[in-house]
Amino acid sequence: MRILKNRIVKGIVTKPLDKSFLSEELETVGAELKKTIQEKFSRSLHIREVDTGSCGACESEIISTTNPIYDIQRFGVSFVASPRHADCLLVTGPVSKNMALALKKTYDAMPEPKFVITLGNCALDGGIFKEAYYTEKGVANIIPVTFHIPGCPPKPLDIMKALLSFLKKA
Amino acid sequence: MDYKTILKEINEKFGLETTTVSLREDEIYLKVKPEDFKKICLSLHKLLSAPVASLFALDSRSEKGVFEIYCSFMGGKCKKWFFAVAEIPADNPKFNSLAKDIYSASLFEREIKEMFGIEPSNSPDTRRLRLHSEIWPEGFYPLRKDFIKPAGVGKTGDYVFNEVDGEGIFEIPVGPVHAGIIGPGHFRFSAAGEPIINLEIRLGFTHRGIEKLFEGKNVYDALRISECCSGDASFANSLSYSCAIEKIAGIEVSENTRMLRAVFLELERMYNHINDIGGIAVDVGFSFPAAFASIVKENILQLNEKVTSNRYLKNVNSIGAIAINWDKDKTQALRESLKKIYKDFKEIKEILLSSVSFMDRVDGTGVLKKKTAEDLGAIGLAARASGIAVDLRKDFPGIYAKADFNLIKQETGDCLARLNMRLAEFEESIKLIYWFLDRITPQAAAQSSYNIKEGFALGYVEAWRGALTYWVKINKSGIIERCKITDPSFLNWQALAFCVLGDIIPDFPLCNKSFDLSYSGNDL
Repeated sequence: MRILKNRIVKGIVTKPLDKSFLSEELETVGAELKKTIQEKFSRSLHIREVDTGSCGACESEIISTTNPIYDIQRFGVSFVASPRHADCLLVTGPVSKNMALALKKTYDAMPEPKFVITLGNCALDGGIFKEAYYTEKGVANIIPVTFHIPGCPPKPLDIMKALLSFLKKA
Repeated sequence: MDYKTILKEINEKFGLETTTVSLREDEIYLKVKPEDFKKICLSLHKLLSAPVASLFALDSRSEKGVFEIYCSFMGGKCKKWFFAVAEIPADNPKFNSLAKDIYSASLFEREIKEMFGIEPSNSPDTRRLRLHSEIWPEGFYPLRKDFIKPAGVGKTGDYVFNEVDGEGIFEIPVGPVHAGIIGPGHFRFSAAGEPIINLEIRLGFTHRGIEKLFEGKNVYDALRISECCSGDASFANSLSYSCAIEKIAGIEVSENTRMLRAVFLELERMYNHINDIGGIAVDVGFSFPAAFASIVKENILQLNEKVTSNRYLKNVNSIGAIAINWDKDKTQALRESLKKIYKDFKEIKEILLSSVSFMDRVDGTGVLKKKTAEDLGAIGLAARASGIAVDLRKDFPGIYAKADFNLIKQETGDCLARLNMRLAEFEESIKLIYWFLDRITPQAAAQSSYNIKEGFALGYVEAWRGALTYWVKINKSGIIERCKITDPSFLNWQALAFCVLGDIIPDFPLCNKSFDLSYSGNDL
C-alpha cells in the first residue's frame, strides 16, 4: 500500500533519456537484430562471457552494450552467469596459459548446440601479445571459433553490428 | 627532512657504506654490498616511514656478470624516490628476504623468485604468483636474458592454499571464471556460517608476460604495449611509461602538453570512479542509481571519443607530445559536457546518500584499518580511504602544483569511505579539468621521433587506483632492456583480502567493487 502510494505521488522518477545519445543507426541495427534473433533463436540469444587475459577494455565495452543507452537486452541478447545457460560463448583476450584449461572447461560445460565468438584483436591471434611467452596466440587454438569481432576494443555499436551481420548469415 | 639528512642518518646511525650511483632531481640510487641490502632497505623503510614501492631484479650477467636488485621507496617529504641497489653473484643468486620485516616486500620477492630464479633466503612464502605450478615447468625463468620458452607445459605441483581448521569451517572456492563480465581470479573463502574467517586471493590468470614483451622493443612500439597493460587505465599507463622515457632522453615537455595530459588523466579517473559508484550500487541491489551512473559513464566515454577519437584514450599519448590536435571547439565541448555530467552526478550522489538501506549496507562494511593498510603497503585511493595521505599529485605535483589540488582522504576505511573518496575525487577532477581548460591553448597534433640515449629512470603517475610506476632501462642502441611495471592493484589486492575478514560473504562483492582492482594490471 505504501509502495503504491509512493508510486502515485512520485510518478515516474526515471528520467527520459537524452535523445542526443541515441542514434538512429542504433535503433535500426537493434530492430534488425531483434528480428533475426526472433527468427533464428526463437526469441533470445544467451551469451556467456569469458576473459582469458584481455586488458579489460573489451569487458568494459561489452558491459556498455547493456547500459540504458544501448540496452542490448531489449533486442533479445542477454548475458548469463553460467555456461550452462548459454547458447554462445563470447571470449576476449589472447588466452593466457593459466586460462586455457578454464576456457576449455567452460566450453565443455555448455549445452549443445553452441558456438563461440571472439571479441577484440588479441582474441584472434594474440594481437599485441602474439610474441609473449605465456599466451596461446588466440582462442581458436583452444576451442573452435565461429566468428570474430575485431577492434581494440570494438565500440558497443560495432559489437551490435558485427553480431547482426554474423547472425544474419548463420 | 631533505635527502642529505637521510643519507647522513644511513651512514651514521645504521653504519652503512653507500655509494650514490645516480642522482636525478627526483631519484636517488644508493648502492650497497649485497650483505647490506636488507639493512639499507630496513633503514630506508624506517627513515621514510614508507612501504616498499617496488622491488625488482635485473639480469646484467652479460655486462657485469651479476644480477642486480633494486628496492624503491617513496620519500614524499623530500620529494625523492630512493632506490637501494645491490649486485647479486650470478653463480649463487640469493639475497636476504625482507618479507619478515617489511610485509610489503613479500609479493615482490615471490615475483623475483619465479621470474629470475633468485632465491630470497628465509622467505616465509615462496609460492609462485603468476607462472602457475600446474602449468609451468621448473627451471624456466622468463625474465632472464637467456630464457628459452619450454617446449611443452608440465605440472610441477599444486598450489597449496592456506587452510583454516576447526569444527564447522568450510571453504568456498570462487573462480577463475566469474558470473559477471569481469576478469579472472580465484578466491578461496574459509567461512564459519556467514562470516569470512580467511580469504586467499590467487591471481595470475591473465598473465601474458608483458614485462618480457617490452624487452627488445624500441620505445615507440612499447608505448602501444603499455596502453594494453590495464585497459581501464590505458592513458595512465602510457603516461607513466612515457614519463620514464622522457626523463632518460632528457626531453622537455611543454607546459601545454602537460596540462592536456592532466586533463586526460582526470577524464580517465572520472569515468572509472562513476563506474565504481554505480558498481557499488549494483552490488547492494540498488539498480536505479546504478543505471544512472552507467549513463554518465557512457557520456564520459563518448566525450573522450569526441575530443580524442578514442573512448579509452588509447593512441592519444606520445613520447614528449600528444598525438591529437587540440582546438577551441574541443575546450568548449568539454566544458559544456562536464556541466551536464556534473548535474547528473549530483543527482546520483543525492540518491545514494539519502537512501537509508543503501547507507546501512556500506557503512562499516569492509573496514581496512590504517595500520593494516600501512603494513601491506596499500596505496592510492584505498589507502587514502583509510587515512593515509599519499597522492602523487600532492607528493610530486608537477603540473598540479599551481592547480590548487586538494588531497582527499577519509578516516574510517570502510566501503562508505571508499565511496565518499570516489564522490569527492570525481568533483575534484571536474574542478581540476576546468582549471586546466582555462589555461590550455590550441595546439597541433605532434608525432615525435627522438633518438633515445642509454639510461634508466622511473616514470610515475597517480592513476585513478593509485601510484602507477614504470622503471625503464634503455641500452646503448636505444632498445628497452628492462621495464618494471608496478600497478597499484598489485599491492592493493592484499588489502582486499584483509578488509573482508569478519564480514559476511554476501558483502564480499560490495567490498570487491569498492576497491575495483585490476586483474590484468596485477597479472601483467
